[in-house]
Amino acid sequence: MSTLVIAESRQGDLRAATYNTIAAAKAKGGDFDILLLGSGSAAGADSLKEFGAGTVYYSEADAVAEYTAESYAKTAAALVGEKGYTAVMMGATTTGKDMIPRLGGLLGAGMVSDVIGFDGANYLRPMFAGNAIATIEVNTPVAVMTVRETAFDAAAPSGGASAVAEAAAVGDDRAKFIEYRLTESSRPDLGAASIIVSAGRGVKDAEGVKQVEALADLLGAAVGASRAVVDEGLLPNDLQVGQTGKIVAPDLYIACGISGAIQHVAGMKDSKVIVAINKDEEAPIFEVADYGLVADFAKAVPEFMEKVKALK
Amino acid sequence: MKILVPVRRVPNPDIKVRLKSDGSGVDTEGVNFLVNPFDEYAIEEAVQIVEKGGGEVVLVSIGTADCEETLRAGLALGALRGWLVETDEVLDSAAIADVLAAVFKEESPDLVITGKQSVDTDNNQAAQMLAAKLDLPQACFAFKVELGDGKATVEREIDGGLDVKEISLPAIITADLRLNQPRYAALPQIMKAKRKEVKKVSLGDLGVEAKSATKILGLAQPPARAAGQIVGSVEELVDKLVNDAKVL
Repeated sequence: MSTLVIAESRQGDLRAATYNTIAAAKAKGGDFDILLLGSGSAAGADSLKEFGAGTVYYSEADAVAEYTAESYAKTAAALVGEKGYTAVMMGATTTGKDMIPRLGGLLGAGMVSDVIGFDGANYLRPMFAGNAIATIEVNTPVAVMTVRETAFDAAAPSGGASAVAEAAAVGDDRAKFIEYRLTESSRPDLGAASIIVSAGRGVKDAEGVKQVEALADLLGAAVGASRAVVDEGLLPNDLQVGQTGKIVAPDLYIACGISGAIQHVAGMKDSKVIVAINKDEEAPIFEVADYGLVADFAKAVPEFMEKVKALK
Repeated sequence: MKILVPVRRVPNPDIKVRLKSDGSGVDTEGVNFLVNPFDEYAIEEAVQIVEKGGGEVVLVSIGTADCEETLRAGLALGALRGWLVETDEVLDSAAIADVLAAVFKEESPDLVITGKQSVDTDNNQAAQMLAAKLDLPQACFAFKVELGDGKATVEREIDGGLDVKEISLPAIITADLRLNQPRYAALPQIMKAKRKEVKKVSLGDLGVEAKSATKILGLAQPPARAAGQIVGSVEELVDKLVNDAKVL
């Protein structure tokens, strides 16, 4: 009974989901090792030595210097074969969602997506846009899974020193990483923000989006969006909160002009405090809101900002 | 170019699901079923590729006889013909990937395009598993697909923006929301789709065992949020957030 945690870095920086995944491995119980691949992974592996893993494996080899699902899944599969892990887990980031099912396919392993908890040897996960929690049994020798970051508080260093060892990298010439085209933003990431201000169809236009962004900047918050706003091209896709976008659970979620479709609510209903500002008092968002304000956000947001400034 | 598009029949995602009281599944009484929305993006992309460069789009759906309706809906969007792999068993992603691999071998397509996830199970697994089983490259969460000589360059939706990946063909691509704008089926297309070829086969006909690697033991209601309150003014809202919720 041992687990392999697949850590994740991008351009040399460890991504936050790594620490939630380590917490999930600890919650599952048993020993665990960590695998971190890519350029800069030697230093990254070193920084993961104090989290209670047996061994932290890394590779900076050319074959895995940049992420492709093909090479990373092959490399992980080789390590699983060699060490005999019974579980492999990674954050449910876009990378985890891309490579873990491929790893499952290579290993002939059953997979559980978006694990939020453990029930003995079984796994808990949401289905149907979070309207059901399923208990899943995996009946293959190895289980692979992605872990929902918001369900596990990030692990902190627990002392000790894991061994650090190089993993044997396996490449795949048929897939080539070309480049990142990342969105430039000075705001916090949706996944890491303690406050999120989110825009829905009710913000209408670029002017409305600017108001939402101004409120976010005043609060040091991340900006989120409903699918309608992304479809309109008002905000980029990676800010989409919902069933098929980002799942978030900040301390405070302020929904501006968001009606509260099932798909959106699935992405934010685990937030600690939800505020909804919507001029339609029948909007379903009020069913999940802790505090609802029936108002046009275009009037309410400037007033909200005045009051917050007065606090400071 | 021949493109295989796996499509899934899903309960209408805009209707909140009701669980059976014994937790054994979902009560689908009175619920309408649709083509999985992400699969519509996949069909549209495949049809556009074929409209531009020639070839054919072949659909495949796995499930009960009702999936024929799903296939016909997809055929009305411009696909040429379809496969219905009939089974009453509930298959997990690993088993679905086994079935798709068998159909792939029958068809030998240049490309497989499917939705990035089904909106009922939200698994996001089968396409990648299929790619692994066939030992073919993959490009998931496609924002833009450009085909070249024996290869595809795919811009992918990732956390924080996009990345660009080049893969050799044949390959597996999954569609994300911004890939295209799926068309609506016009009535003449819907009528025409009724006459298109749907090849019905069983798992046995394909020679696949389709063994599920996972099993859903039960479904439970998620914990409900405590009822909230409507506040009368912005001032009251800020006061509650500062003094009651203590989040500002």
